[in-house]
Parts: sequence; structure tokens; C-alpha cells
Amino acid sequence: MLLIHCPHCREDREEEEFSYGGEAHIVRPLAPESLTDEAWGDYLFFRKNPRGIHHEMWYHGTGCRRYFYATRNTLTYAILETYCVGEKPLVSASIVSTAL
Amino acid sequence: MTKTSQINRLSAHVCASARTDTSVIINFTYNGRALQGVAGDTLASALLANGVNVVGRSFKYGRPRGIVGHGAEEPNAIMQIGSGAATVPNLKATQVELYEGLESASVNGWPSVDFDLMSIAGWFSRLMPPGFYYKTFMYPAKLWMTYEHFIRKAAGLGRSPVEEDPDCYDKLNQHADVLVIGAGPAGLMAALEAAYAGARVIIVDEQAEFGGSLLASTQRIDGQTAAAWVDDTVAQLRTFSNLQMLPRSTAFGYYDHNFVGILERRSDHLGLCASAGSRQRMHRVRAKRVVLATGAFERPLVFSHNDIPGVMQASSVSTYVNRYGVAPGNQMLLFTCNDSAYQTALDWHRSGRTVVAIVDSRSTPNGEIMAAVAEQGIEVMLGHAVIEARGSKRVKSALVAPINAQGSRLVGAVTRIACDLIACSGGWSPAIHLSSHTGAKPQWDAAIVGFRPGSSLQQERSAGSCRGTYRLSDCLTEGADVGAQAAQLAGFGDAKRLFALPHIEEYGEHPQQALFLVPHTKRSSRAPSQFVDMQLDVTAGSIAIAVAEGFDSIEHVKRYTALGFGTDQGKLGNINGMAILAAALDQDIANVGTTIFRPAYTPTTFGAIAGRDIGGLFDPERHTAAHHWHVRQGAVFEDVGQWKRPWYFPRSTASGSVETIRAAVDRECLAVRNSVGILDASTLGKIDIQGPDAAEFVTRMYTNSYLKLAAGKCRYGVMLKEDGMIFDDGVCACLGDNHYLMFTTTGGAAGVLAWLELWQQTEWPELQVYFTSVTDHWSTATISGPNARRVLAKVCDDIDLDKNAFGFMDWRDCTVAGVGARVFRISFTGELSYEINVPAHYGRHVWETLMAAGEEFDITPYGTESMHVLRAEKGFIIVGQDTDGSMTPADMNMDWVVGRNKVFSFIGKRSLYRSDALRADRKQLVGLKTLRRSEILPEGAQIVFDPQQSIPMSMQGHVTSSYYSANLGHSIALAVIKGGLSRMGQVVHCPLADGRTLAAEIVSSVFYDPKGVRQHVA
Repeated sequence: MLLIHCPHCREDREEEEFSYGGEAHIVRPLAPESLTDEAWGDYLFFRKNPRGIHHEMWYHGTGCRRYFYATRNTLTYAILETYCVGEKPLVSASIVSTAL
Repeated sequence: MTKTSQINRLSAHVCASARTDTSVIINFTYNGRALQGVAGDTLASALLANGVNVVGRSFKYGRPRGIVGHGAEEPNAIMQIGSGAATVPNLKATQVELYEGLESASVNGWPSVDFDLMSIAGWFSRLMPPGFYYKTFMYPAKLWMTYEHFIRKAAGLGRSPVEEDPDCYDKLNQHADVLVIGAGPAGLMAALEAAYAGARVIIVDEQAEFGGSLLASTQRIDGQTAAAWVDDTVAQLRTFSNLQMLPRSTAFGYYDHNFVGILERRSDHLGLCASAGSRQRMHRVRAKRVVLATGAFERPLVFSHNDIPGVMQASSVSTYVNRYGVAPGNQMLLFTCNDSAYQTALDWHRSGRTVVAIVDSRSTPNGEIMAAVAEQGIEVMLGHAVIEARGSKRVKSALVAPINAQGSRLVGAVTRIACDLIACSGGWSPAIHLSSHTGAKPQWDAAIVGFRPGSSLQQERSAGSCRGTYRLSDCLTEGADVGAQAAQLAGFGDAKRLFALPHIEEYGEHPQQALFLVPHTKRSSRAPSQFVDMQLDVTAGSIAIAVAEGFDSIEHVKRYTALGFGTDQGKLGNINGMAILAAALDQDIANVGTTIFRPAYTPTTFGAIAGRDIGGLFDPERHTAAHHWHVRQGAVFEDVGQWKRPWYFPRSTASGSVETIRAAVDRECLAVRNSVGILDASTLGKIDIQGPDAAEFVTRMYTNSYLKLAAGKCRYGVMLKEDGMIFDDGVCACLGDNHYLMFTTTGGAAGVLAWLELWQQTEWPELQVYFTSVTDHWSTATISGPNARRVLAKVCDDIDLDKNAFGFMDWRDCTVAGVGARVFRISFTGELSYEINVPAHYGRHVWETLMAAGEEFDITPYGTESMHVLRAEKGFIIVGQDTDGSMTPADMNMDWVVGRNKVFSFIGKRSLYRSDALRADRKQLVGLKTLRRSEILPEGAQIVFDPQQSIPMSMQGHVTSSYYSANLGHSIALAVIKGGLSRMGQVVHCPLADGRTLAAEIVSSVFYDPKGVRQHVA
């Protein structure tokens, strides 16, 4: 069971208070009608499934009810950072691979 | 009866180190036999003291089996403890502490452990080669029940109690700076250092006493016995207020982010049921750092008939002698490939029984312990191996032969040596299970002939023999260092050892030989069975067959042969199995690798996992304000999420019997259409939405527009996911400027609120809008039927109820039954309806007042079943019943609800134009009328166009809702059918599982009042 730091509550809380929200930073197209089926389909259905660093969305449903982002290693489940909507991650796959 | 039944009990003066107290006799039964043990015994040590040889029959072959180990590794002595409601199956006798009156029985063995039909018949083994399950039980599937019955009876996997568990269990969430798992030499030192540095420490051990291997050790530490050192150290630990000791506690699983599950057995050693408090306690520990000090298991050697009772682990023999004062035999032959097992010969010799010889597979060992053995005049046969044990229910002799230096081939004549106990040791395997749970990949180390824990993926470090560190002095040093480091990493101390390490006299050791499978005069496939995994009867020969059949991965061989699948998780057999596989494949063990250990380390009771979350506490129940009124009326309830909703209200009939659901629903439905009914609709989700951008936000979420909805008006809306599929529906009312009330389905309430928050927080934070769940704040009574207005008029006189003044899809603030209310004139039945919302505290009062006011109209409470029938008569969908997450509004024939001209591209809009959403053969909602009017289609029935088509038939759709309509006098159904809207009047067929095929005509989904005039009655 994961221990997740909620950036709004500023506390480490048990995973059972949260739910997973999938890949982070997917921006809704501003003019959906102008997109081809394929482009709209990419936005709708296609998601990254990296082995390693992944930016993802979490929802503190039984806490502050805020969505936020986490950078998680999908291999070790280590959560490297959590940050608020509107913020940018400090850790990225390229940074980590350089460090290794 | 005196303790003379304990023929193998050593007298206290022979065995001063024993932790048992022979002056306290404990009575117990084994398979109905009355036996005696002493205080401090485990069930296993007591059985051995009584000379019990056979403790079970093997899983496949029905061979007699005896105790081989002394702890969690024991594969054979699996017991059923107690009887009745509190009976516990599948406990290892080696881990059951003896108590007065304990009842035990072997779980394996049919009809009895001493007389086993299967073993005598002898045919069963030939019927069960490796891969037996795959080869035999595949076809015909119908026979599986027969097989299963026989297999289960034959294998005797123990009996679960069928009565309710009389005990209770607790869960405890704990935090620790340093969690130390294992209280042997390394663990004790780690805890001592970490606690001294100031860290909050929890130290757990699965045994009743701390000390681990030291409890059975004859080594001297700082001049005193090992046990005395343990007592001193534990006493020292006890002085720390920042340290918690948990004996009888098994860390069974190591989960993500240093979360460890620990099962504490609080009363199992006292009796079958806890006399007070909880029986077991689940500690859910989140630790900053974990120190794994879980020890090591001695590895058996694999030779022919190594499963005959009387073949035991050398360290277990020493443990029984030194710790329990029990000598499990008389004439011991010791078979080893390493120095450590020589100690067993010394221990046995000291107990006064005979060491027949030490058989050492190494040709020229020169460890210091050899001199000690020679001093005692014990014969040592170097360069020899035990190749086969002889005997039936007890070892009678061993076949011994000289082997080559590689241990791969016999090089001389076989001699037979009489003995009744073969103690054997193939070296040690670190207990890397918990490390393995973290995902760390075990690393083979040829120097220690074992797998060491892989590099840590969690905040943990292994210390002592679970890391392959075997010398006691090294274990103590490593434990102390790792403990100090763990404390420092958790923020305490400077990682330096603070305690002086004790002085220990140790023998210089000669390296062990890597010996696993002992050669026989015949090759493995021909030799008498050489058992690798005793619990599941996997032999070296079966691994050879698996390889011959093309399996070359250890994970595949494991599944094909069932190696390590037992409740012991192959703690003894796995490494030998891997080594034998590696040899058969001509590869290194390092390449073959190991299987992954997974939780639980030892079987864990469901009771402890459930804790108090059972019965009424399993899941919260949500009750409406009028719930107890419904109960008193005899309502039958339906679970909708956590809500209890009245399903129907059966009445007693004149004859005294209670109405059937069909009779009740027919009566309720007729009452609504002919006079008036009342429904508790309080469970509908209600979300209060406010803010300057509320209208814009709501309009983006629904398919239709709310920008021009005036205060006092309501609108029905459908919500889509971004893929265009219907997700929820309901009415949304404009309460005032920038203020809306959104109704959701009962089950969808939480999901809709999260959905709104998602879009507002992540996509449109610039929109000022706020959401509050008010589901529980309001109680809703819906009165529906031609007399609804007359009922309302009796209890509400401050607004004009005229059908034009208070029109359809309007809402009003008013007073109902003296209570401030919001009344919505909306309808889910098609009749004139008012949904009367009052603050929940007044819910029951208003409900009862409405019942009284409606009495003259025979107002009839109705439940969810009638609600479903009435709405289906009108063709109103229920999201989640008529839709399944793959239905667009067009599929539901509800294009009218989609505001295609809305400025903002609402959620899901673009998807409605995807080519897939425009397919002509999409399933569309239609009505179905059975050709035989009384037949009711089963919900979920598949629909075909051609009932004569051969299987597999072309599925064209399915029935989503189906009822008998008392108002219409025939059955009705809603269905989704490919291209259904263009198939009106066609006949389709529903082939059923029972062989019948029901025919139905496709009709409009609106069965009743298609013009919708009834909701406008004056």
C-alpha cells in the first residue's frame, strides 16, 4: 500500500484515501470539432505506459478532494514527488536517466 | 498415566539447556490418542517426545511422513487443531505451542495416517506424473467435480469451520522509525542499537520467545550460555520505553512503501478460543526503516526415500535436543556436506544416545569442529553419501556409498548401515522471503551456496544469516551495525555502534560442498523417489520429466510440477529444485534463477485480515429519514450502493399470507396510475452548485444547455464521458442567480461529484464554481398519480398548485406539512408527480403527514421495483441498466437531449461524430413485446434474428429491462438491438439457457401514454 504525500494537505496519507486518475498533463483540445477522428482518438484513448518515471494524476477523495500530480517510478512504485495542478514536475524521465 | 509415554524425553540433568519444564505435564490428544507433553513444548516436540513417527500422508502418493523441521519450514506435520466453530486447519505442528487439552489431528491421511488405502493400492503414484492436473483434468470438464471430490478427500487439505468464528480479531495501525523483523542474534543487536539511538523501534518474532537460533545453541557468549545472553539482552531491551516487543508475531508480508503486515497470535497458545479480548491482532506497520533479520533454513539433501519418517534436518535434531529436551530416535546417522551439522553429532552424543556415524560428502574437510568430534570417538566417513533411506513408517537403515569429489557420481560399493534417525544438512538457505516481497531480485552466491537478498527496493537492509552471514560473531556485528544505520537513516544517532560486542568462541570452518541431489546407483528417473518438495510430492525424477517435456524456465517447472506450491511455499525444497533443474539443463543456478516469493510468508487467518470489519461493520448502511417507517410497513429492501431502499411493500392478504413480489408490484403500479403512490427518493444524489460561472460550467457538463434556464425551472440532462458514452442523468434545477441543484442517480452521486471536481480543478480552474454534496441534507418524498395534486394541496397552502401556475418542470419554495420545502414538479412515472424535498430531519414527519393526507385516496407506498416498471412503461432509461458505458444518447433514441448548437464543445460532444458513433449497426434502444403476452423475457437475454441458425449464433443485442406491466396487461421489455430503430415491427428471438426460445416483436420503447398527457392532468 502506497504512502502518498498530498501537496494540499501537506501530509503523508495512506493510499486508501486516494484514487488513481491516470496519466497527468493531458490537455483537452481547445477546438475538438476541428480535430480529425484520429487526433481526437489519440486524446481520448492513447496513454503512456512507461517502465520507470510516470507523471500521473491522483485524487484525494476522502481528504481534501483535490486532484494533484505525482511522479512515480512504475517499476519500484517509489513516488518521487507530488505537486499541485498548475505546477511543473521537478523530476522527469530524462533527469532520472542522467542521474543513473 | 505418567510421563513414561514420552519415551524420547531427555531428563533435565542430561539436557540443562532445555527451555521446557518437565515438572509441568500438559495433556493433549493426537488423532484421538491421549498423550502428554511438558510446558514449553510445541506440538511437534511433544509428538516426537512420544515417539510418534507418522504425522501425515503425502499429498499425491499417500506415503507416510514424519516431522522433519522445527519451524515455519516444516512441510509434513500439518495439523487440524481443535474442533467445532474454532477449529483451525493447516497449522504446522512445529509452530503450535502446546496447551492443556489441545486436540490435534493430521490433515493428510485417508482413511487414517497409519493405514492409508492409497499407499497400499500403490497405483496412485503412477497416475499422477508431473503436469497431472493439466494432462488429466482438462477433459471432460464435466468430470472435474468428481475429480475434485476425490482429490480433496485424498489430499485432506484440512477442514474449515462451518460455524461462525467465535473469536474476534483486531487491527492496529502502527508507525515505527525502525522495524526489526526477527529476534535472533542479528535482530536483537539491531533493536538494541536502534533503540539506544532513540528511534521508535518495534521488534517482532514469530516464536513465543525471543532469541531465534540462540535458544537451541550450545555456543557460549561472553562466557555464559547463549540462552542466558538472550535473557540479558531481552531484559535490556525491556528498559527502553521507545521499543515495543512483539513475540508470537509473524511479519507475513512486506508491501510497498515500507508497509509490513504482522500477525500477532495473542491467545492461540492458551486454547482454542480467546477467553478475553481478541484472538489475533493484525499490526499494519508503516516503518521508516526495516531491518530484516529473518534467519536461514537448513537445506535438506535429496536422496532416495528421504521422506521416510526419521529423516530430519540436522539443525532440527539439535533444536529438539537442546531446546526441547527431546531426542527423536536412538541411533542417529548424520549426513552432511558442511561443518555446521557436526554440532548435531556433538549434541546427540551429549544426550546419551548413539551417533552411528557422520557421513560427510567432502573428501578432505579439515574444520576445527572435526577434532571435537574425534575427541568423542564419533566415526566419520569422508567422501561418502547416504544414497537411500530404508524403512516404511520409520527409518531402519541407510544405504551409504563413496562418491566423487564433485558429488555427482558413486565411486564404490554400497553398504547398509542400521539407524533409526538420519539427520541431514545440505547447508543453509537465507530466508529471503520478505526481501523478495519488495521486488528485490535474489542473487546467487556460490561462496555461500545460496541466494542472498537482492539490492533493496525499499528502505530496508538485511542482517545476519538471512543475508548469508552465518558466523555468530559476524551476525551480532552486522545486526548492531545495521540497527545503528537504520536509526541514523530514520533520523537518530550517528550510525555508530554503541554497545560492546560480546566475545564468542567459534570453530574455524572448512567450506561446504555444493551438494543438492545425491547420486544413486540408478539415475533419477529410475531410482527410488528422491523427494525435493515433500508437501506436494515433487521428486527429482519429476523435475527431470518436466525438463524432458520441454520446460526450461524455473517458473514453468514450478507450475508444471507444483514445486513450492504448498503452504510451506517450498521453504525447504525450492533451492534444491532449482539446483536440480540447473543440473538437468546443464546451466548455473545463477542463470536458472529463483522463483519469486510472495506474501504470505506463512498462512494468515482471514479473521485477522477482516478484523472488526465484519457483519454490520463490513460496509456502512445508509438509511433514509423514513427508513424505520418502511421497516415497520414490512418493506423488503434492496441494496443500491450503500443505501437500503424499499424494493416493494408486500401486504398481508386476507388469508394471512404475505403478498408475492409480483402481486405487490402489480398493486403498487396500478395504484400510481389510478390514484396516487408515494416513493422515498431521498437517495438520489444531490449536488449544490454555486458561483458566477455555475451556468457555464453545468452547460459544459451536460449535453443540453442551462444558460437560459430561469430560476424556478428544471431541466432533464444527460452527462457523457469524453468518449461520448452516457455516464449519468438527472434533473438540474436553477435555484437562483448563480445557483443550481443537480440531481444524480443514486449510485452515481459520488462519481459525478468527483467528475465535476476533476474538470473544474484540472481543466477550467478559471471558472468560479463550487460544489457541495447535499444528498444527505434533504429527504425526498415523491407523490405520483392523478390524485397527487389533491394530496399535496391538503398539506401545502402557500403556493398556487394550479397546473399552469406550477407547471411541469417547475419547482417552488413552499411549506409542506409545516416544513420549509422545495417541491419539484418532475416525473419519472409519466404521471402527475411532485418531488417534495425537506430538510432530512423532517423527512419522516413529512412522509407520515403525506400518508395521512393521502389516506382518502388510498395513497400507496411503492418501492424501486414498481418505480422501474412504471418508468419502463414510459420508456425512460435507467443509466447503468439500459446503458452500459457504451451507449450514446443517439443509441438511446435520445437525440433530443443533445444541444448540438451549444457554443462550447460540451464533454463528449466531439465523440458523437466519431465514425464509430455513427455506425448504422450500433445497438439502439427499442421496446419488445413478447408474442405470447404472458411470457416475460429474462433481463440479459441475448437476441438473435434467426432462431434456426447453428451455434455460434449471431448476437444482435440483449434485453436490458423486462417486467410484467399490470397497467398494460402484458409483459414489456426494453432492449438494445443492432439497428433496432429501423426494425420496428420485426420479430426477434431470445434463445434461453433452458432450451426455450422466446419470440418478441420490436416496438416503440414508449409503451404507455406516448403523447405524455398524463403528467399534465388537472
